[in-house]
Amino acid sequence: MSDDSAVAELPGDALREGVVQALRDALGDALLDSVVVPQRDVWVRVRTDAWRQAGIVLRDTVGCDYFCFLSAIDWLPSPFGRGEDDPTAPAPERDTEIRQGVTGGDTRMQVFARVTNIAKHFGVTIKADVPDDEPVVDSWLPVYAGANWHERETHEMFGIGFAGHPDLRNMYRPTDFEGHPLRKDFPLLARLVKPWPGIVDVEPLPGDDSEDES
Amino acid sequence: MTDLADRQKLSYIAAQAADARLNVELETEGMTLNIGPQHPATHGTLRIIVRLDGEQVVWAEPSAGYMHRGYEKLTEVRTFPQVTALVNRIDWLGSFANEVPFILAAEQLMDIEAPPRAQWIRTILFELSRIANVSLFLGDLGVQLGAVTPVFMAFRDREYVLNLIESATGGRFHPNFDRIGGLKDDLPAGWIAETKQVMKKLRNFCDEIENLLFGNEIFQSRLRGIGVIPADVAKQYGLSGANLRASGVDWDLRRDQKLPLAYDKVDWKVWTHPDGDSFARCWIRLQETREATHIVDQLLDGIPSGPIMAKVPRIIKVPEGEAWVSTENPLGEMGYYVVSKGDLGPFRVKIRSASFNNISIVPWVLRGVYVPDVISILASLYFILGDIDR
Repeated sequence: MSDDSAVAELPGDALREGVVQALRDALGDALLDSVVVPQRDVWVRVRTDAWRQAGIVLRDTVGCDYFCFLSAIDWLPSPFGRGEDDPTAPAPERDTEIRQGVTGGDTRMQVFARVTNIAKHFGVTIKADVPDDEPVVDSWLPVYAGANWHERETHEMFGIGFAGHPDLRNMYRPTDFEGHPLRKDFPLLARLVKPWPGIVDVEPLPGDDSEDES
Repeated sequence: MTDLADRQKLSYIAAQAADARLNVELETEGMTLNIGPQHPATHGTLRIIVRLDGEQVVWAEPSAGYMHRGYEKLTEVRTFPQVTALVNRIDWLGSFANEVPFILAAEQLMDIEAPPRAQWIRTILFELSRIANVSLFLGDLGVQLGAVTPVFMAFRDREYVLNLIESATGGRFHPNFDRIGGLKDDLPAGWIAETKQVMKKLRNFCDEIENLLFGNEIFQSRLRGIGVIPADVAKQYGLSGANLRASGVDWDLRRDQKLPLAYDKVDWKVWTHPDGDSFARCWIRLQETREATHIVDQLLDGIPSGPIMAKVPRIIKVPEGEAWVSTENPLGEMGYYVVSKGDLGPFRVKIRSASFNNISIVPWVLRGVYVPDVISILASLYFILGDIDR
């Protein structure tokens, strides 16, 4: 196979539209939304109860047998901002509206994963809502063995449960650590203790007391 | 005669009984062996817990997290240009390669493209990072199998590459050189000629390693047929880079996806190996290092002139959207899923690092191997701890 032909033959649009069509045929109305950026990427969102089924369809029908990653997004805007506020000033008003990104959504948190079709050179990003009251989705472990560690990480960082995963131990932190660090309402303590000076470095250098004199 | 026969029979039975008793006494209940966190054969602080039956591993579990720095959380409080300084430190042996996919993702969201000269220099530095990274692997490989010389050769020759990276970017390990829309600076005078000389040296280094290690009988018997990963398992676990290509999967992101990098302008080859064993993984890396020197040589010859920075606003705000960009880094597929809400900084960045997936296969691949092979298999999978824990 010559090196250039592989890229040049990318059927692009039709290929990615075909992915959406295959998922629609298999899942029916459980496919909630899809976005195709021609020649670039495709996003789909499925209903929570179809999460595992969608994985099986992607693997067996669409041919995405390469597992890339699985993670989650917390769409709540951070109540702490970027930790650059002046602690003496009154707290600024923050955007608290939850706006889901590409393919929309109804819940605060979403799981998303990416799988790749190696033979045809394209990848699919698939998302599903995580119910707010009971943040549990089906495990992808029976679909892709590689999902094991990714689900453990997501469970640790977002507190999302994966039904059917045998071993959701923490990967990084001690077992008795409380909270889920990548949730937006988990403060970044380093920034709360000492706010970041921001784009302009306003902190005087040691021995530089010209600020005080003026 | 009958007496003798009986005695023989009896002594045979007695010997059998003694053997059986010995077997019962020596029967192991299984031993748990802790490799790491600090062990010369782990590149950083990875702890591996193996349960042994005699010399054989029956169960293995890597325990990561000794180096978790929380980059995904930290990116949420940085501006886009500041993020490169963080992600530099994920795979610290090939730092520049970590910056590129993030910058490309941001550029994709902003719908700008770096000028051709910047793309070419990016690709050259990307490949230099690969050479610096993988040449250390080739030397380190020897150490883990008991050969000490190669690692000195690797450090010697990697130094030339690091000097090049330093003279172009100012940083030996953490260049922080890539900018949204281009590069911080142009190449210094005389750099191209010097790089060509260094590439020659690195090709010599590859030949030396090939003669010294790959033809060695001990080396081959330690690696051939050990730790075989079939292609379908490799894909399920998301193995990438040389580990995937060593299982016979012809997949290289440099060739197989369209990105504004200069790989399609040069003539090069993607190496694969059908065996999927430890030897194949090492051999692929050796070939790729050599191939990378050829890529750099060709890129140096054809480097276009022009600006190195596209027109970008002074304060960079990235429009709302989501982008996924991954590149073929020294360790494998490294990608960023960047979510922007039109702010100065990213809303969420999912960092997909290669070693995380590459090491998640360890419980599967170590089952049933012998203790000495644990080290050689881990060595051949090649991971950097910062790349697992992020």
